[in-house]
Formats: sequence, structure tokens, C-alpha cells
Amino acid sequence: MSEFFHMGGYAFYVWTAYGMAFAILLINVVVPIVRRQRLLRDLRRMKSRKTP
Amino acid sequence: MTAFTTIFRRDIKLALRHRSELINPLAFFVIVVSLFPLGLSADSRTLLQLAPAVLWISALLATMLSLESIFRSDYEDGSLEQLVLSDHPLFLIVLGKVTAHWCTTGLLLTLMSPALAISLAFPPQNLDILVWTLLLGTPTLSLIGSIGVALTVGLRRGGILLALLILPLYIPILIFGASAVDMSIDGLDVAGQLYLLAALFVLSLTLAPFATSAALRVTLE
Amino acid sequence: MRLFRFFHRFASPREFFRIAGSMIPWLAATTLLLLLIGLYLGLFVAPPDYQQGESYRIMFIHVPSAWMSLFVYMVMAGTAAIGLIWRIKLAHVIAMSSAPIGASFTFLALVTGSLWGKPMWGAWWVWDARLTSELILLFLYLGVMALYAAFEERRTAQRAAGILAIVGVINVPIIHYSVMWWNTLHQGPTVTKFDAPSIHPSMLAPLLIMSVAFMLFYAVVLLMRARWEVLDQEQRSNWVDDYLEQLSP
Repeated sequence: MSEFFHMGGYAFYVWTAYGMAFAILLINVVVPIVRRQRLLRDLRRMKSRKTP
Repeated sequence: MTAFTTIFRRDIKLALRHRSELINPLAFFVIVVSLFPLGLSADSRTLLQLAPAVLWISALLATMLSLESIFRSDYEDGSLEQLVLSDHPLFLIVLGKVTAHWCTTGLLLTLMSPALAISLAFPPQNLDILVWTLLLGTPTLSLIGSIGVALTVGLRRGGILLALLILPLYIPILIFGASAVDMSIDGLDVAGQLYLLAALFVLSLTLAPFATSAALRVTLE
Repeated sequence: MRLFRFFHRFASPREFFRIAGSMIPWLAATTLLLLLIGLYLGLFVAPPDYQQGESYRIMFIHVPSAWMSLFVYMVMAGTAAIGLIWRIKLAHVIAMSSAPIGASFTFLALVTGSLWGKPMWGAWWVWDARLTSELILLFLYLGVMALYAAFEERRTAQRAAGILAIVGVINVPIIHYSVMWWNTLHQGPTVTKFDAPSIHPSMLAPLLIMSVAFMLFYAVVLLMRARWEVLDQEQRSNWVDDYLEQLSP
């Protein structure tokens, strides 16, 4: 199994590449979710202020 | 064509009235070009190797920094909106303004470039190619730049943003222009680059004014 | 006519919000599945390359993200054009939501390209024609995003950035060929080891699967971004209040 992670000596390059890919894909997913939370919170706060 | 000529003549007259502003791009061009020998070494071999790139990049930056003047003053006194609303075809008006801008910057830079080239140990017999590439390149730079400046005219600090928008679009012109001069120094045939520069010029001459007009209509709404 | 009616209905913000909402889970599940299959095939099943050994496995990320960076730019310019010509707000929303996603794919392609180039060419950055035009494509994306962010009023921002995207898409092929021309001028045609001419099926399968997975991933993330952008834009309309009601009575 450790041989697999060794990647024929290129472990650093391959795993950094896959790590970066995972990070960037994750960021692309997290950003809209964070946007959703913030937006809903603001809208609820605005609504609660409008209806006493 | 009257719209074109009237706008063109008006802008030229305006530019001549502020003669000091005419000097700025030229002064910038001279200063930037003379930075390189100071930054590098004065021996002519290295200078000559870099001369095409230095001349072309400095001319490109000088043109870009002077693009603001195409619409800025008209935008501030409101006449730009009148021009956009006038029933003359907007792209003709834009073409007139861009040509006026080229005559007051690009053309002057081109006429000055041989003198600066000599200071970079440029072989005199290749000066014609340098002037030809700049003559074909600088109008294209003004045309493409006019799109960027039309997009950022409404913004307060549009300067850096303008550079970010149009420098990527300048890259093909720089590639063909600088390499034409470089290869002409080595005595190679440069017809290919000149044709491509001419093609880029014609392409931007036909398309850019429409893009600029669309941009003006959007940003001035 | 039925298709037009569908698009017309789809283009209304309320409908888009609902339909996109229902599509996202399915798309996300398929994307995840394909990603796992692609990774498994790419990392475990595909044999090492006779020349590059294991380092070529970076290809399974580098090539799809490079393709996606170009594809997303085309979608961005296309939807921006639709937005400008037929004045469909949703098209602008999709165009401007695509920009950051495309930029992230371009950045990923650059990073993985440099990581792949290091063992092969011995340098972190080589002015290879493809990497250079990928870098310029990143500048084009940054330009569109910067212009979009520079305007306060959202509608002007969308339309101005849309025009820049269209101007950019005309320049993409010009920039690509001028960089190709420039590259062959200076370095001579570098041996393009990236797209090996006859790619072994066991290597081609993960590549295609990963490409489809990236495509679906783009669709999912785009719909997510666009949904909340639409909700933000339409916050005064009553269907948004209903949605909020329904969310937390």
C-alpha cells in the first residue's frame, strides 16, 4: 500500500496536484453554501424588522 | 462621414489647445525607454538584444496610459452623453475620437521611436521595420484600448482596472510587433508578421468601434 | 413551440430557482459517483506510463480542468451575449456566476500543469505555448470578474462585464495562435508529451470520465451560485417571502 503512495518517486507532485484539485473543487462548493447562509440570515433579519 | 470628420477635427483642436498634455505620452515613452539601459548595463550588445521588446512595451504602455483622454474629459462635462444620444451612428463618432487619439499619441510615438532606437544601439538600416510595425500596431492599440476605456469611463479609479482589462488583449500585437523588429535585426524576412499586424489592425478597425459603442451605451445608462 | 415555452418558463427567476433546486441533488450525486470512478480508474487501474512513470497521473486532473477553463469561458460569453441581445436577466446571472468557476478551473490547470512540468522539464514554470495561453486566459477571467466587481449597480456591472467577456472570446483564438506562433519561434516545437498521440484505452477511460465529472461539477456549482444570486436579486418579490416562510415557519 505504501508503494502506492510512493507513486514511483513522484509522490510529492501527484499528491500535491490532487490535493490542490480537491481544495479548489471544495472551495467552489463551499462558496455558494456560505453565500446561501448569509443571504437567508439577512433576508430573515430584514423580514423580522418589517413585520413587528 | 461628416460625423467622423467633425468629431475628429474637434478632438484634434482640443488636443492642440492643451499642448502640454500632448507631451505626456512622449515624455513617458522616453523615460521608460531610458530606464532600461540604467537598469541593465550600457554595453550595446545586451541593449540591442532587448531593444525591440523595450521599444514596443514602452510604446504600448504609453498608449495605454493616455487612453483615458479619449472619453474622460467629454464624460466629465456631459458632452459624451450628448454624443451617445445624437442620431449620428455612434461607431462613427467613436472612430473619430479614436483616430484623433491615435494622431495625438500613437503617431507621435511612432515618429519618435527611431530617435530612441538609436539610443539603444539599434542598427539604422532596420529602423524602417520598427516604424512600420509601430505604424500598424499603435492604431490597433488605440482601437482595442477604446473598448476598455469605454467600459471603465464611469468608474472613479478606472486606471489600474483598465490595464487589467486590455493588456491581455494587447498580447498578440506585442508578440508580432516585437518579433518582427527582432527578426529584422537578424536579417530575416518579416513579411509574415507585418501581414498579421495588418490583419489585427483591420479586424480591430472594423469590430472595435461597435464594441466601444455598446460599452458606452451600457456604462452611460 | 413547446421547447420555446419551456425555455421561456425556465427563464423566469421563480421557475429557475425551483427547477434548479430540484436538479442539484441528482447532478451532485452523479458528479460524485463519476469522480470516484474516474479517480479509482486513474490512480489504481491505469498502468504507469513507459516514459513518465507515475507522474503522468496528474493528466487526469490537468487536462479536464484545462478543457473546462475554455468551455466555461465559451458558456460565459454565450450567456452574456444572450443576456445583452434578448435582455434576459437570468442569462447575465449565469454568465457572471460562471466567471469565478472558470477562473478556478484555469488556476487549477495552471497549478497542475506546473506540477506535472517540474518532473518532466525540471522547472516549475516553462513558457510552453499551452501553459502561456492558459495563463492569459486566467487574466481574461480576472478582467471580467474585476470589471463586474467595479460597478455598484448590478445591472450595469453584468452588462459591462458581459461585453468584456464577448470581446475576450473573440480574442481567445487570436491569443492562442499568436502564443503558439511565438512559442515555436523561440523554443522550437517542444515535444508535446501531454497529449500522447495514441492514448492507451486504460488511460483514455479515466480521462473521459473525469472530464464528464468536471462538466457535471461545473453545472452543479453554477446552479448553486445562480440560484442564490437570483434569490438575492428578487428579494423584494413575494415568492421569496413564501420561500422564507416555507423554510422556517
